[in-house]
Amino acid sequence: MSSNPASSSTGRYSVFAIAREAMRLHSGWKRAWTSPEPRKKYQVVIVGAGGHGLATAYYLGKNFGITDVAIIEKGWLGGGNTGRNTTIIRSNYLQDPSAAIYDKALKLYENLSQDLNYNVMFSPRGLLMLAQTEHEVRGYKRTVYANQLQDVATEWVTPERIKQMLPIINIDGPRYPVLGGLYQERGGTARHDAVAWGYARACSAMGMHIIQNCEVTGIETGAGQVKAVNTGKGRIECDKLALVVAGHSSVMAEKAGFRLPIESMALQALVSEPVKPSCDLVIMANTVHGYLSQSDKGEMVIGGGTDGFNNYSQRGSWQHIEETIRALIETFPMLSRLKMLRQWGGIVDMTGDRSPILSTTPVGNIFVNCGWGTGGFKAIPGSGWAMAELVAKGQPGPLAAEFGLDRFKEGRFIDESVAAGVAH
Amino acid sequence: MLTLTCPCCGITAEETELHPGGEAHLKRFGPGSSDGDFEAYLFARKNPKGVHFERWRHAYGCGKWFLAARDTVTLEVFGTYKAQNPHPTPEIVASIRAKRPDWQPDWTETKTSSAESLTE
Repeated sequence: MSSNPASSSTGRYSVFAIAREAMRLHSGWKRAWTSPEPRKKYQVVIVGAGGHGLATAYYLGKNFGITDVAIIEKGWLGGGNTGRNTTIIRSNYLQDPSAAIYDKALKLYENLSQDLNYNVMFSPRGLLMLAQTEHEVRGYKRTVYANQLQDVATEWVTPERIKQMLPIINIDGPRYPVLGGLYQERGGTARHDAVAWGYARACSAMGMHIIQNCEVTGIETGAGQVKAVNTGKGRIECDKLALVVAGHSSVMAEKAGFRLPIESMALQALVSEPVKPSCDLVIMANTVHGYLSQSDKGEMVIGGGTDGFNNYSQRGSWQHIEETIRALIETFPMLSRLKMLRQWGGIVDMTGDRSPILSTTPVGNIFVNCGWGTGGFKAIPGSGWAMAELVAKGQPGPLAAEFGLDRFKEGRFIDESVAAGVAH
Repeated sequence: MLTLTCPCCGITAEETELHPGGEAHLKRFGPGSSDGDFEAYLFARKNPKGVHFERWRHAYGCGKWFLAARDTVTLEVFGTYKAQNPHPTPEIVASIRAKRPDWQPDWTETKTSSAESLTE
């Protein structure tokens, strides 16, 4: 944990910097990251400048000293799922490999603002998963016990305590009474754009190239190795290629000549008009497929489950929004009086066991980081940390070891589809 | 809202009446197959950005499974056909080609396995 690399070229953010800039009418702020033209060759090319791609680049530089890196982005930085999620951060997973990587991410989030010298507004306000059926009660109690063994602090809370913590909740049902909850005090939210921007700034300061508006149109392979990627800005050679493109993972894999156990689907979220502070927890209600938190602006941020069919359109089905809200209204009656301001969708990469893939591939020097599905934002720092090790060493470290593609052949699933409910 | 016409009962149903079932025309590999084939059958998916053949069930209608050709980007439906067809029917192929001239089928038609012999 050395001094921050962002200090060298873009100027370190601090109270003194604010005072200095106030004196000179804020004329001295520099761009947070540069927008260079690509070079002919890089040691590592990362496709996808979302949170996971940028974090991979950052920890490649920070942990392994590899800074000859280009991060290529089809659209704009953080404009995919990184900017489209509901910003929930938690690590209360059932399976050991999941708990390890998500808790690594949570621990990195706790110090991320200091590490990046960029305020990611991490807000560990507490996260509560409601148990609204007997099955969920058993499932979440089991998760609490598993979390104790994993050294992840979670606890079982009673309906009365939940009502105390969150007065706007209706615990009486009738259809889905609140029977208790799984509470993680360290869970919360962060500002999703700031996570992408903070990583981008730190990567740029290390001399890495972030190349936006540059779509990868082809992947050149030969003798089981990747040689170069063809892009909208020309051919770029690389020694190693990391595909970190979430919903478009299958598209990239096809260009490289292999298939992934992934299906792309639309996941939607919506926000209400801003209201006075009334919900200072992140609430997940997995039986009814809805989750809820209140943003700093006062908007209720609401998410639901994915649509069931393959979709690349970043638009979901209307009835899914209705389903999400209809289900939440029984538990949060005040939502029925709120106007919804905005609604949007993202394309999530779903695996069969609802766990991610950090893996080597049939092409020797191509590595994939995908399959985070509906729950990728919370994992960004841990994912980048583990992916950087995979790319740098050519084989996974302890965090990524269980998340290889071979688990689908071996039937060694990390089954979070039941454990985590539907919502992430 | 996505609407599909069920080729079994002929009803044009909205998405809420239907249940999606993933990629169509998977070839089943069971006991005795290689690990690679079995894994691919279970998990590896085309997941294309564009023309997709997929299974649907008319869950709140006649209850039958059927197949649909749909574009995963524009959400445009090219047509639906019976689940007994081993490949998309010539009408479906024509309908796709009319709107996507560059699109190429990735299967080869065999006469012995035509739809008629299976359905009639």
